[in-house]
Formats: sequence, C-alpha cells, structure tokens
Amino acid sequence: MRSLFGLGTVPAPLIAGRNRPTIFQAGGRRALYVVVLAFALTSCFFRNNEVTTGESAWPATSGLGRVATAAEIATLDIDVRPDGQGLPPGSGTVREGQLLYQQKCARCHGRTGVEGPYSALVSIPSDTTRKGKQEKTVGNYWPYASTLYDYIRRAMPYDSSGSLTPEQVYSLTAFLLHANDIIDSTTVLTNQNLPQVVMPAREMFVTDDRKGGPEIR
Amino acid sequence: MEKDKEEIQHYATTPVRTRTTMKRRAWLGGAATAAVVLVQTAFGKRMQAAVTHAEKSIQDTTKKLGTPPGVLGTRSPFEVPRKKPSDTSSRTPLQDLYGMITPSDLHFERNHGGVPQIDPERHELMIHGMVEKPMIFTMAELKRFPSVSRICFVECSGNFRGGNETLTPQEICGLTSQSEWTGVMLSTLFREVGVKSTASWFLAEGADAAVMTRSVLVSKGWEDAMIVYAQNGEAIRPEQGYPLRLLLPGWEGNTSVKWLRRLELSDQPFMTREETSKYTESIGDGKVRQFSFVMDARSIITFPAYPAHVEKGWIEIRGLAWSGRGKIQAVEVSTDAGKTWAPARLQDPVLDKAHTPFRYIWQWNGEETEIMSRAIDETGYIQPTFRQLSDARGGSKGGYHFNPITAWRVKRTGEVLLQPEAGRK
Repeated sequence: MRSLFGLGTVPAPLIAGRNRPTIFQAGGRRALYVVVLAFALTSCFFRNNEVTTGESAWPATSGLGRVATAAEIATLDIDVRPDGQGLPPGSGTVREGQLLYQQKCARCHGRTGVEGPYSALVSIPSDTTRKGKQEKTVGNYWPYASTLYDYIRRAMPYDSSGSLTPEQVYSLTAFLLHANDIIDSTTVLTNQNLPQVVMPAREMFVTDDRKGGPEIR
Repeated sequence: MEKDKEEIQHYATTPVRTRTTMKRRAWLGGAATAAVVLVQTAFGKRMQAAVTHAEKSIQDTTKKLGTPPGVLGTRSPFEVPRKKPSDTSSRTPLQDLYGMITPSDLHFERNHGGVPQIDPERHELMIHGMVEKPMIFTMAELKRFPSVSRICFVECSGNFRGGNETLTPQEICGLTSQSEWTGVMLSTLFREVGVKSTASWFLAEGADAAVMTRSVLVSKGWEDAMIVYAQNGEAIRPEQGYPLRLLLPGWEGNTSVKWLRRLELSDQPFMTREETSKYTESIGDGKVRQFSFVMDARSIITFPAYPAHVEKGWIEIRGLAWSGRGKIQAVEVSTDAGKTWAPARLQDPVLDKAHTPFRYIWQWNGEETEIMSRAIDETGYIQPTFRQLSDARGGSKGGYHFNPITAWRVKRTGEVLLQPEAGRK
C-alpha cells in the first residue's frame, strides 16, 4: 500500500493494472483512467514517467514463468536440513564408507583424513604430532551431521561431484562420523537416525549479533 | 589504391605487436631509446616487460595512420592490469585502478568448483518451498520483468592478509570489487510466487560443480536483494555468475550465489557447509559466530602503497572506503602513525553499500612515517585497529570479517611498505 499523487493510501485494486493478467498485454486502459483521474483530482506536478514506470504501475502478477511440477522440483531439490528434511530413504555403514573413502577421498584428504593435502576431515585429540595445526574438522567444527550428507552429495568428489548414490553418501557420512569418534563402528546410518546425531561442535556456534554503530565486535 | 587497401587490411587484422613494417622500423631506427624513457613511469618496470621493441618505436602518432574502427575495444598495450589468482580465487589489482567501478574483467573471483559454462537458452530459475505457487522462469522471462540497476561492492568476507611488509593492496584485500548490476528485484519475484508469511529463510543454489548453497534471510529478499543478469552494461561475466546471480548488497560475497538456478523458501536455515564449517569466525570464549552477513566498514590507501616509491613533496593519497551497512560518512587519514587524523575528500556520489574513493593531499617532508586511513559509516561505526578488532574477538588474528586499519610505512628512501598489524595502539 503506497501513497499515490498525494492522495494518501490507495487501496490495492485501484493501483494501475493490479488485477490484469500481464503488464505486457494491451489491457492498461482502465488503469489509464485511474491515473488520469488521479491527475485531475490533484492537479499534480508529477512528471509523466513517474506514473508509467513507478512500481505502483506494476500488476500483482506478470503472467511470466510456468508452474514448477513436483517432478521438476524433485530433480533439483537435493538439499538436506538439520531436521532431516530432504534426506532420501536409505542407509550406509562405517565399513562400506571406509572402503569408499580410500577409493574416492583419500587422494585429497589423506589416508586417515588428517594428512591432506586438502582439508583435514578428522580430529584425533590424542595425536600430539599435529599440535598447533588446529585445523577445522568434522569432529571439532561441524555443528550438524546433516551438512555432511548434504555436502558430500552435492559437491564431492571434487572432480566428479554428484556421482555418488544415496547409499554411498550414507556410508561415507557414517565413516567420517565414526573416524571423528561421534558414532560407533557398528552404527548403520539411515535417514531416520542421521538427524539424531549430536555433533560436538554444535554448542560453539552463536548467531551474529553485530548491529553497526560504534561498537567493535 | 589496392596497396592502400591491403595495408589497412593488414593493420586491422595483425596483432599490434607485429604491425610495424620492416621499412618503417628501419626508418625510426634509433628512436627505441627515447621510447624506453617515455614509458619509465611509476609502473615502468611492468610496461617494459609487456611492450615490444616495435611498439616502442611508434613515436610520432601524427605521421602514421591509426587503427580503423573495430568490433571490440582493446586495452592499450601499455596497460597491463592483472588479477592475482590462487587455486580458489583471483584478486582485483586495487592499486592499479581509478574511480569507483572495477572493470568487469578485473572483478575478483572466488569459486568452489570452477567456472561453469552455461547456455543461457537452457538456464532457468526455480523458486519453490514455502510459496503459494512454485515457479520456473527462463532467462528471457526474467529479463522481461521490470529491471533495476544499482552500483554496489561485492566483497569476500575472507578478505584479509597481513604479516608481511611486501604485500600490495591487491594481496591484502583484493577480494572486493564494484560494478553496476542490472536485474530484477527479488521482491518482485517473491510477490510473483507468493512467498508465505511464515517463510523466514531461503536457500540459494548455484549450477556450478560445487552446487553452491547458502541460506539467506527472507527479510533481505524483501529489502534490497536482486537477481542480476548484467554487469557494467553487458551480460555478467562467466566468472561473476553468467547468466544469473543473486546479489545481496553489503553482504559477504559468498551469499551472492553465482550461476543461480534455485531458491527454496523455508522456515529455518539449511546449515550448508559454507555457513557452518567455512564462513564463520572465532570470537573468543570458544565461540564461533555464524551468519555474519553484513560487511563492516573498511578502507585502504591504494596509493602510495607497496610497491610504489614516492618522492618528497606533494602527494595525493588515494584509496577506497566502503561499508555493508550503508553509506560512507567520512574517511579520515593519518600521516603521523595514527596520532592525528584529518578528513579526506570523498568522491561523489557517495552511494549506499558502495566503494567510495577518497583523496587527501599531503606534503611529505621526507622523514619516515606511517600513513593510514579509517572509514566511518553512517551508523557511526569507525574502522578499528588490528588490536581493537583482535581484543574484541578474544585474540583472533584474522579470519572472516577481519577489517582492520591498514598502515603503510613510508621510508626515507621513498619506499612504501606494509606496516604489519597496523595501528597496534
């Protein structure tokens, strides 16, 4: 609801073309009358282009685009939320994940997930030889297990993203959770129990509370 | 006549470097030495590396026919600004640029799975989730919506490097750039699909190999978010998200998801990898700050800065200031290592959430000193020193959203070096 031509608030249906199917069809005649009337009533000084290009001239709907079908949505909708929404049915094991990890992940993340050359994935608190490196890993920094599933599914392996089956992603997730001492070696990870996994790093995270102004945060 | 035609044809199609004919080169003869002097400017070293002998020989431009009109502009061969790439990003040469717009091919780059090659005829944007009507829009349809252009910066929140005195502005904070962006307001599309009043977050997803995702507040979508398809007057460059990207003015660059293909409305954040394990920062007491969307105010002197050399006398100190919270209200410059500060001149127009060039005339007496700038935005935020920032974040010495004052040490020799951990007081 906006103020038009100094008349104060104008009800939505009076705003030009609001109920028209598209702004691009030749249907603006009634809208034009409204505009002309408004001009006459207020003998206003607005430049003409403010009337024709202002947001108030836009219709409620443009008629552009098409309705997305459930099948079209399903093709793209691969995200997984912490509450488990988006997890496909399926399961995976630590044992299977370990084999897959060696085949598809160890080249970049190291034989046991700590050697690199790219992101370390595993924290072994007892390993003092790595003291000082303090890399952010699944064990010490990732607040949700769902993120692991979501990210492996969409972006890994780096050079062949999107190539893993749901079972493979469950297994790799299980292996990494186990390597970080979060689940035991016999846990079968499923779409039911994955959202229940509590990550050690969860309690570290706080939402941004900076608000501008003089305070340095 | 035929010969003239041939010569023009030759001139138009032959690369500049090989254009000069033997005859002409011989005629110009010993002019090469003069050409070297001509290009000995502040950037002389690099120019010489890029300019061939033949080019240096072209002296009297009034006695040689120039290049005919062409289909695409070119940069002078004497100008060789370059981005600085790493495995995952490439930085804007802030010290080599002028004014407020970053040339599109020098806009910084950050990607997580390479730059995809996308056919715009096949690219669509899907909006679904907590909406009245899930919809798909083609590129052609998106371009028919009422369009909007605005100038704003995009800055990666991991835009701080220090600890070494031979770093250039490009290396310190070259992950910020500015363009004029054109597209459709996200609020227009939100109305189109009927975003439900209970929706508080939306997921933005890219069509790159990382299938990049970030959760964004719906309030930002209503406020000033845009879906953009053009940059500085032409289609967005592939490195910046061709054919379509999200643009969230003032927010950390990673949230302005490139190669945008999908938006999903939700009542909670999705906790993607980038917003949990990556773009989060330690703030002390074992706490990690998350969803730090807004870029706080920052500035940097881009001249004089390493690797420039200066001479005693009048120097125009130049730099950039910007804030993700609004307009830059003032930039103050200190030429005595932070003891006193004086206001710099801001370039008009000062825009909301935009790089704002500043200038300050200084007479250097030749004594060693430190020069630095601090940005003040319209919320009253004053760009902090390294120490202030570190103290506020439990001793943190870097990481995301690290925007300390940058100081340059001007030595008696005229050498300009980064003063690591500037403004420690």
